[in-house]
Amino acid sequence: MSLLSSARAAVRRTSADPPPTPAAPPAHDELTIVPARHPWRWVAAAAVLVLVAQFLHGLATNPGWDWSTFFGYFFEESVMQALLITLELTFAGAVLGFAGGIILAPMRLSKNPVLKSVSWTFIWVFRSVPLIVQLLFWANLGYLYDRLQLGIPFGPGFVDFETSSLVSAFGAALLGLALHEAAYAAEIVRAGILSVDQRQMEAAAALGIPRLRQFRRIVLPQAMRAILPNAANELVNLLKSTSVVYVLAIGELFYQVQVIYGRNGRVVPLLLVATVWYVILTAVLSVLQHYTERHFGKGYRR
Amino acid sequence: MIEIRGVHKSFGSLEVLRDVSLSVPAGSVTVILGPSGSGKSTLLRCVNHLEKVDRGTVRVDGELIGYRQDGDKLHELPERLVLKQRANIGFVFQTFNLFPHMTALENVSEARRNPGRALELLDRVGLADKAKAYPRQLSGGQQQRVAIARALALDPKLVLFDEPTSALDPELVGEVLDVMRDLARAGTTMVVVTHEIGFAREVADTIVFLDGGRIVEQGPPVEVLDNPQHERTRAFLSKVLI
Repeated sequence: MSLLSSARAAVRRTSADPPPTPAAPPAHDELTIVPARHPWRWVAAAAVLVLVAQFLHGLATNPGWDWSTFFGYFFEESVMQALLITLELTFAGAVLGFAGGIILAPMRLSKNPVLKSVSWTFIWVFRSVPLIVQLLFWANLGYLYDRLQLGIPFGPGFVDFETSSLVSAFGAALLGLALHEAAYAAEIVRAGILSVDQRQMEAAAALGIPRLRQFRRIVLPQAMRAILPNAANELVNLLKSTSVVYVLAIGELFYQVQVIYGRNGRVVPLLLVATVWYVILTAVLSVLQHYTERHFGKGYRR
Repeated sequence: MIEIRGVHKSFGSLEVLRDVSLSVPAGSVTVILGPSGSGKSTLLRCVNHLEKVDRGTVRVDGELIGYRQDGDKLHELPERLVLKQRANIGFVFQTFNLFPHMTALENVSEARRNPGRALELLDRVGLADKAKAYPRQLSGGQQQRVAIARALALDPKLVLFDEPTSALDPELVGEVLDVMRDLARAGTTMVVVTHEIGFAREVADTIVFLDGGRIVEQGPPVEVLDNPQHERTRAFLSKVLI
């Protein structure tokens, strides 16, 4: 083929004038690479920037935002106290919830049919009931059992409490959040455990490492990689879910701003106070998430 | 050291081991050869009770593995005791199975019996300089050498190798076989499932040829490799030896 075409070229050349000698092509190391242009990127960026500018302009000029009220209440004492309660509920809910999850997940993965079905039922029930319904339920526990007793099951009791004194509004809120959280945490932890390669357990078993130590040293640290992003998600969710406990008249952030705007009628700036605090707290959690993930990611980075 | 008597093992309706009996003397190297699916790995895994036998007995150093004999009954041991028995038997996996979140040194010390000796063991497999490296930062051959050091950290009575070089790039096989050769020379009791016929010929005291869940033939390398008596051994070797 190439022979043929070079023959043809030879024929053509003899039939015409001698070809103009072309300028010597540049050597390969003289060639410059020109990156491709992306004009539509500029167009899209400009369009979005216009929209952002419009929004920012609105924030600054629309008197409805009422920034002076916003700043007046942002660090106000009752708001600070409410913020503390929100943090307490989040922290306690997360600790109790994940403690429950770490117990429920291995139960659900165990070969014991009783443990397995109890865990399964718990998760099923507490994921099914809306948090707000559950909270009201716990708050009204006194209607169901007016006294609670500590003692031998089906046998005599030792200590006796009035339900309403034992389960305060805050207690009911915490109980509801913790149980709700435990059900979700259990599934997050279970997903993490399942993500660990079966061969890791086998290697640990072959080394004769005791069961509990296997879980603590081999399984859980590896499961953490899969658990953390979901757990962080759940934690952010919990932070926001604490606003639901306003139905129990607990003075957390959302309840407190409602109280204030009920008094002064400045709804939007006060909702904004709560909103900005939630955003800040979520940002803090995201930073914590980043560092925790980095800790458990050791050995996975090159 | 190992006494295997009449071991049967099925996975569902698939019979993987049929009436296998085998003795492995202390200080010897036994290489198990056989086509894939012949039950080599399963037999090895029965020795440290990673697989439960359906019938028959496995004894290591006279101790019944995984069961307690009571008259004519074999009672399965609780996991705690099985784990204790395993802590005397090193096991090296085809896929290394190092703990990825631990450094080489931590991997070796995790086998606990000799946390202080971890560095010495890494040195023995030529990887003292990689003590702080995570498995992911090591080549396959290096990972397998760490895994061997980890198995040795148990101070094991014997070490079982389940196709230790099958997951390695060809140029990395040699370094792992070198380490195993050194172990054999040092008198470690070893049972090795492998396809490395050259290694088997050089290092093995006994070669066991397994096919269809039965031991077809066994003996010293010169007999089994160079003068196989059984048709199936000959057919297998003709495919493996080029």
